[in-house]
Amino acid sequence: MTPRILPGFRLTLGYTVLYLSLIVLIPLSTIILKTATLSWSQFLSVVASPRALAAYRLSLGASLAAALINVVFGTVVAWTLARYDFPGRRLMDGLVDLPFALPTAVAGIAMTTLYAPNGWLGRYAAFLGIKVAYTSLGIVVVLAFIGLPFVVRTLQPVLQNLDAAMEEAAAALGADRWQTVRRVILPELSPALLTGFALAFARALGEYGSVIFIAGNLPMKTEITPLLIMIKLEQFDYAGATAIALVFLVVSFGLLLGINLLQRRVGIGRLEEGLN
Amino acid sequence: MSAERLPLTEPPFVRRLLIGVTLAYLGLFLLVPLAAVFAKALERGLALYWASVTDPAAVAAIRLTLVTAAIAVPLNTIFGLAAAWAIAKFDFRGKQILLTLIDLPFSVSPVISGMIFVLLFGAQGLLGPWLAAHDVHILFAVPGIILATLFVTVPFVARELIPVMEAQGSEDEEAALTLGAGGWQMFRRVTLPNVTWGLLYGVILCTARATGEFGAVSVVSGHIRGRTNTVPLHVEILYNEYQFSAAFAVASLLCLLALVTLAAKSVAERKRTLAVEPRSAP
Amino acid sequence: MASKLLGAVLILGVAVSTAAAAPKARTLLNVSYDPTRELYQDVNAAFAKRWQATTGETLTVCQSHGGSGKQARAVMDGLEADVVTLALAYDVDAIARAGLIRPDWQARLSDHSAPYTSTIVFLVRHGNPKGIKDWDDLVKPGVSVITPNPKTSGGARWNYLAAWGYALKRSGNDEEKAQAFVAQLYQHVPILDTGARGATVTFVEREIGDVLLAWENEALLAAHELGQGTFEIVTPSVSILAEPPVAVVDQVVDKRGTQAVAQAYLEFLYTEEGQELAAKHYYRPRLAAVAARHAAQFPSVAFFTVNDLFGGWQTAQKTHFSDGGVFDEISKAGS
Repeated sequence: MTPRILPGFRLTLGYTVLYLSLIVLIPLSTIILKTATLSWSQFLSVVASPRALAAYRLSLGASLAAALINVVFGTVVAWTLARYDFPGRRLMDGLVDLPFALPTAVAGIAMTTLYAPNGWLGRYAAFLGIKVAYTSLGIVVVLAFIGLPFVVRTLQPVLQNLDAAMEEAAAALGADRWQTVRRVILPELSPALLTGFALAFARALGEYGSVIFIAGNLPMKTEITPLLIMIKLEQFDYAGATAIALVFLVVSFGLLLGINLLQRRVGIGRLEEGLN
Repeated sequence: MSAERLPLTEPPFVRRLLIGVTLAYLGLFLLVPLAAVFAKALERGLALYWASVTDPAAVAAIRLTLVTAAIAVPLNTIFGLAAAWAIAKFDFRGKQILLTLIDLPFSVSPVISGMIFVLLFGAQGLLGPWLAAHDVHILFAVPGIILATLFVTVPFVARELIPVMEAQGSEDEEAALTLGAGGWQMFRRVTLPNVTWGLLYGVILCTARATGEFGAVSVVSGHIRGRTNTVPLHVEILYNEYQFSAAFAVASLLCLLALVTLAAKSVAERKRTLAVEPRSAP
Repeated sequence: MASKLLGAVLILGVAVSTAAAAPKARTLLNVSYDPTRELYQDVNAAFAKRWQATTGETLTVCQSHGGSGKQARAVMDGLEADVVTLALAYDVDAIARAGLIRPDWQARLSDHSAPYTSTIVFLVRHGNPKGIKDWDDLVKPGVSVITPNPKTSGGARWNYLAAWGYALKRSGNDEEKAQAFVAQLYQHVPILDTGARGATVTFVEREIGDVLLAWENEALLAAHELGQGTFEIVTPSVSILAEPPVAVVDQVVDKRGTQAVAQAYLEFLYTEEGQELAAKHYYRPRLAAVAARHAAQFPSVAFFTVNDLFGGWQTAQKTHFSDGGVFDEISKAGS
């Protein structure tokens, strides 16, 4: 092995591992330790109870729906911001990151106030017979807000770095605009789209602060998984809470691993994703 | 080459449609909630707004939030620099695992992030008896809040620095070494200036998350009014006390902070992109 | 007087020995349940004044509020409460079982350590458009009921047991019929907030639901202060007597040396001044004289207690609210 030229490898690696262990790994291990106090059958009965299953379904379903909404509209937004000029473009571009910067609790009460039946937007929805706040629809709306920047920020750099020559070649060969977009540009975007989708999905899964204000919290119907964990905690059922948390963690971690592998495979540099 | 105009862009009506959809979507999702917060905050007049944000409990919450950020952000910045240095400049086995471990807090729900500290430091937890015996208060006190915030914001600076350092390679540092610079000198005078904007970008994101964290802090705080409430928790308390205008008033402070963060971010982003431009061969 | 003197000397001794780390003024932490926010704001100010006058010491009483069960959990996890003022005896018992409070706590203050009482009533919109008069009207088609989550909220458990108790009385103590009634009731509930206050916010501010099942004190607060003229209170024919207890947390006050002031604080709630404050905040006072003065505010209701119909809180909690209990059955069946 070639000797390392730059100094500080052992120091920085050692510090990194130490810090990670103290702040991240050891605390996280308590989940496994606590869950281990349950017997297999107890574990399964908690983790596979109808209420837990309903909570997973809601969390997964709402996060998926929100991530898909963000894929569709995020693509439109990223395209428009990257390719067109219009009054307010700079402002909108900056604002896209608002969900990153805004605390989740503030987002939660703002959205709940807006979409309650007497809110600015909720009243129009009520007029149309649609209930938003306290239903799964409300949860999807809030999660879409939270995930808005992910797809946009992942796509923008890729769009900006697209080689114009490709589009010109396609056009010169007789493709109309829609064909060019569909068969030349979109395939270039799909790795970034996938990454953005996965990020938005992962983020939405664990979201708590904004959702608890707008969710109905009805067991079996509008109770998200983090809330179920919170409730078990408040009932002094720590082992049950950690059991569900463990399952949830494994799923989220698996997603994250998948994203990282995807990034490496498709060769998108992390800088270009504009990740946070 | 044909002299006809090639269809290199969308027909005007498609363009206008897309712009319209974008403006409507962003307006609906971003501008309207922002407006709602400020409208509700000022509903009862400027005097009440001012009273809400200068109320002693609110001030205590602001102070706690600032103190938490002032401790968590520098610690995670140092970590980020160390991690980025080790990962970007060297090759070693297990690099991918380390990267994924750094990202771990991202995939942990805030409730779980708080819960693990309860499991660790609570009276019934692993270290509980030892802490009680030595009269050390971590949970339901400021140290617990700082730890929970630390956990949640660990990845931010590292994630921003790693790609920046990777893209820049080690030439500059190696050159400095051959010219006789010592390790720290090289770091201070070559590496840091090169990554300034990336670093700043990461610090801004880290600060935004540290000041806004709700779920994790909610679990470890005792919700003691005036003592262990950060600004997001204080907003929740006001909301629960029917003081809605006051709640939105304090929330609007966070919105203002968010807007400032966005502005700072835009500036840092533009400068950072410039810094990572591939160097043209001499 | 002697014990007060002893207490003062004790406090002085502890304060001197930990002078470097001790705060400037004496502090107490009162960990309470959700709706008592306004009450303790007033009580703390009044008691601090009184304490200053009698002992010359500056006292600050800090407050923490949340769902009763959640607060009990926090105290057991290490939240250093000098006193707890929770929604039901079961939550205080849980803390006692964890060793923080002596088991005989309930006998140490009069009236089973419950200085004020309340009950469960209905809050409806102005004009009572759905014509809610009694418990049966809650299960009429098209009626939407707001009540918090019994797993986290103390008030929610009182609501549940009140409904159950009504059904028992009506059906001649038939437990199955009672369960059917309560199950039907929860079918009419669209949202389960985690605390009593959250439920009131949902009903009042978000304007969701036709009727709020609430603590009497919450209902009176909403009707008188949140929306004058927007709400009406309907007192049902029979309801449960809710006795939210208070207790000194022995382990904490022994460590902090705040035994005397904590005890005095709780005893203050029983004094005329304390009882007046309770009545002012819509809690039913125990002191006959004060109760007489505020009789107009508190209509008479046929009360039953937890002990009467449910064999006490331990049994009630185990049967209904713990994992696998009746509430879980009802939730499952309803989906």
